[in-house]
Amino acid sequence: MTVMAAAPVRTVAVSLEGLRRHRGDVLATDDVSLEVLAGEVFGLLGPNGAGKTTLVRQLVGVLRPEAGRVALLGQDVTADPRAASRLLAYLAQDEPALNELPVGLAVETTGRLRGLSRRDARAQTAHLLDELGLADVRERPLTKLSGGQRRLAQVAAALIADRPLLVLDEPTTGLDALARRAVWEVLRRRRTEAGVTVVLVTHNVLEAEQVLDRVAVLDRGRVIACDTPGRLKALVSHDVRLDLVWRDEPPVGEPAVAALLARSEVDGRRWSARLPAADAREALGRLTAGPALAALDDFTLATPTLEDVYLSLGGRAHDLERS
Amino acid sequence: MSAFLALYAGQVSRARAARGPLLFVATLQSVGIMLLLRGVVDEGSRTTSQQVVAGSTVLVVAFVALNLLAQRFGMLRGTGALDYYATLPVSGALVVLATSASYATFTVPGAVLTAVVGALLYGLPLGHLWVLLLVLPLAGASLAGLGACLGLLAPRPELATVAGQLGMSGILFLGIIPEPRLPAVLQVVRAAVPSTYATDAFASSFARRLDAGALLIDLGVCLVVALLALSLASVAFRRAVRA
Repeated sequence: MTVMAAAPVRTVAVSLEGLRRHRGDVLATDDVSLEVLAGEVFGLLGPNGAGKTTLVRQLVGVLRPEAGRVALLGQDVTADPRAASRLLAYLAQDEPALNELPVGLAVETTGRLRGLSRRDARAQTAHLLDELGLADVRERPLTKLSGGQRRLAQVAAALIADRPLLVLDEPTTGLDALARRAVWEVLRRRRTEAGVTVVLVTHNVLEAEQVLDRVAVLDRGRVIACDTPGRLKALVSHDVRLDLVWRDEPPVGEPAVAALLARSEVDGRRWSARLPAADAREALGRLTAGPALAALDDFTLATPTLEDVYLSLGGRAHDLERS
Repeated sequence: MSAFLALYAGQVSRARAARGPLLFVATLQSVGIMLLLRGVVDEGSRTTSQQVVAGSTVLVVAFVALNLLAQRFGMLRGTGALDYYATLPVSGALVVLATSASYATFTVPGAVLTAVVGALLYGLPLGHLWVLLLVLPLAGASLAGLGACLGLLAPRPELATVAGQLGMSGILFLGIIPEPRLPAVLQVVRAAVPSTYATDAFASSFARRLDAGALLIDLGVCLVVALLALSLASVAFRRAVRA
């Protein structure tokens, strides 16, 4: 994606050109080109299996692209993946390498491996553990922590040594709302105070909307859209989402119900339809005025989310998280 | 050097919790074998006694450095954990070396205990026990290098575990049974296994007069195997992380 002409000139932190990579027989990265500007919190959004992890593993240099080029902060790292390790910190979906280490030592060791002196690594570790609320579990091995605390400890390990580029693969998976907000806040602070660039993989729509400056939507290895969350949602702003929950078997003999069924995604007794606002109003009016109301347990009308953008652009999977 | 120390310290800390019980098992296994064979070995058969004690001591090294390290690297590879190291500015060789060194270090208490208990049990002199200080790092490095290779080259973690355990069983068999009693074909295999040279080096320390030349040759073989195995493991590491 290209930078808008009106935007001030900013350094390109990540440039991916024509990346292509198979995973088994599947083309997991299909001619992906993207640019991430320095200081951006940039997201890769897509359902499981969309190719997000395969793409970031090429970005960080652990997977060799079959074709294409990766440049980080102006440096071509396709041929020299070790160079990437000096510029970025990567948080994988899980970090089993750290599992049996005490939290403090896991973070400190990672810092020292990124080149910090022992003293600096200790000081930064103490600060990070305070920031993420982990000071009390500093001496406990990661395996003895709850899933959420373990993920926070892994996030702390990714953040140590102040890399200018953070590549985080679903950093908030398994975290409760409070811890998730703590991570978002830590990332925001690093972006504001140090101009850190963040590439964040997520399949959580709420996270994408609340945290990202720009987002690339991936489906089956391809980027199907890339813009700010607001502009992407404007693509479907004339639509609303009508969600219905039926108490009993829905009365599909009713013409209003049958018409809605034809336009809905059905998951048991839950129906979800993306409709132009006027159509949704009319459908809801007919449902609530007729006999179908007796079978209806609940309904909601909501403005579009990035999930609607994904679906309207041809995305097929339905496992994006909404909360 | 700083990165090596950080990696090494991390691994040692990991090991305290994770490997303590296993080290106990490794030592108990070797001491158990010596106790068992004490009833079978003739009082006067000094060569056999030396072989049993040296073989049992090297078996502790094989248990930890070969078997457990093969499992560790197999697990790291199988779970994608190598990505963690691959995105840090440290070389694969350093990761292999530091991890191998930490596993080798952990063999020291068990190996020394086995050697001392064995010598007392079989009435062998402990005057040249210092030879063990040369044997342990070299045997540790060569067997850890081989363990790392097994773990990193095995396509699946379970295969790494099986390979590590088979390797350890082979070392037990070839290390404890005196060479003249082995069938001809196994004598050839024995000569090809690096642990043999560690066993022979340590067995020679129980002799009344130390044969320095033979000792140096045995230790030299261990050193060459260690260098080759660790180099191969470093290449295997690079291949495993950048599939």
